[in-house]
Amino acid sequence: MAGGKEIKTKIASVQNTQKITAAMEMVAASKMRRAQDQMFATRPYAQRIANVVSHVASAHPEYKHPFLIDRPIKRIGLIAISTDRGLCGGLNTNMFKKALNHIGDFDDKGIEIKVVTFGTKALGFFKRIGAKVVAETSHIGDRPEIAKIIGPVQVLLSSFEKGEVDAIYLISNEFVNTMTQQPTVTQLVPVEPAPDEELKHHWDYIYEPDSKEVLDSLLERYIESLVYQGVVENVACEMAARMIAMKSATDNASDMIDELQLIYNRERQAGITQEISEIVGGAAAV
Amino acid sequence: MANTIQVDIVSAEEQIFSGEAYMVYAPAVMGEVGIAPRHTPLISPLKPGEVRLDMGDGKEEFFFISGGILEVQPHLVTVLSDTAIRADDLDEAAAIEAQKRAEAALADQQSDLDIAKAKAELVAAAAQIQAIKKLKKK
Repeated sequence: MAGGKEIKTKIASVQNTQKITAAMEMVAASKMRRAQDQMFATRPYAQRIANVVSHVASAHPEYKHPFLIDRPIKRIGLIAISTDRGLCGGLNTNMFKKALNHIGDFDDKGIEIKVVTFGTKALGFFKRIGAKVVAETSHIGDRPEIAKIIGPVQVLLSSFEKGEVDAIYLISNEFVNTMTQQPTVTQLVPVEPAPDEELKHHWDYIYEPDSKEVLDSLLERYIESLVYQGVVENVACEMAARMIAMKSATDNASDMIDELQLIYNRERQAGITQEISEIVGGAAAV
Repeated sequence: MANTIQVDIVSAEEQIFSGEAYMVYAPAVMGEVGIAPRHTPLISPLKPGEVRLDMGDGKEEFFFISGGILEVQPHLVTVLSDTAIRADDLDEAAAIEAQKRAEAALADQQSDLDIAKAKAELVAAAAQIQAIKKLKKK
């Protein structure tokens, strides 16, 4: 019975791996549900602040905020959101591919790119390709807090104000459904709000204390809320992608075990047949 | 309800309140403001404090907020509440910290931006995945 024992050991080891992937699948499934809840919980704020910004865009303040003004693009900023951990299928790779396509066009024109990364995977990737990473945050966890977003976003916003970058883009994964995650590029700055159709007439707010201060804090929060949403959505994407990846790993392990079992049975049967024929042969000889 | 105003109070992490009220009191930076229906458009940052809603019949609702932004349209009051404690110097400190982390992480980086190389790597990775899928189907 040559190899019988080895095959048994192999089956046991695949079974162990299968147990791990099955457990990871279940963990990812329950975390995904929580992440989805959080994603839905953040939507009202994002909608309201988008409404307010579109109201502001249709108002007529004497002060035009720099975040609302287009200017020729010489340098760009990029915010890339990735996961901290792997084993989530092609989620990060797809996002990086999209990011490369996007910045590749700019790079061809000789436009300098500054990158802010969320998550260790993005940091590792942009470091490896030699991009200029100006700020990073990782280990955000499964329940991201907005406090962790403020710092890195601030870095790019203040370089925008100083004229060191002329546009800021966000690259993140959009949660379409459990099976599909779509990497998307969003332009953050200059802000391009949809003007509110009902507010066509000439009007303006009362700004307290003054329009500059109000618009500063409003637009800053608006951009942060977009990034925050991206981060929260990415957690949901990560969990969904991991769930699918682990599910297929578990299925693969099952297939493998079946195959190995078949080989083992064949091997065993061959052994038995051989023994019987030996006995029969021996008896005939006597 | 003709003499009520729609009020939405939201924070970045959740929706706090949405409904109608007769009167809204909010702690604006210049002092507390009271908003009645058909108030002229107003926008102002908020101090940490209490947002108070007059629900009619002497009933009131209170919400504590740690700052944020108040927007008033004639039929709509939106309170965008902050969940994080905000101040310019705090934000700046967070920004500097994020920058330092990136610098530390990039300390051993030598190469220049090489998009062509990275693209080639990704193509190779995608081809690998394709090959594995094909092998699996056999």
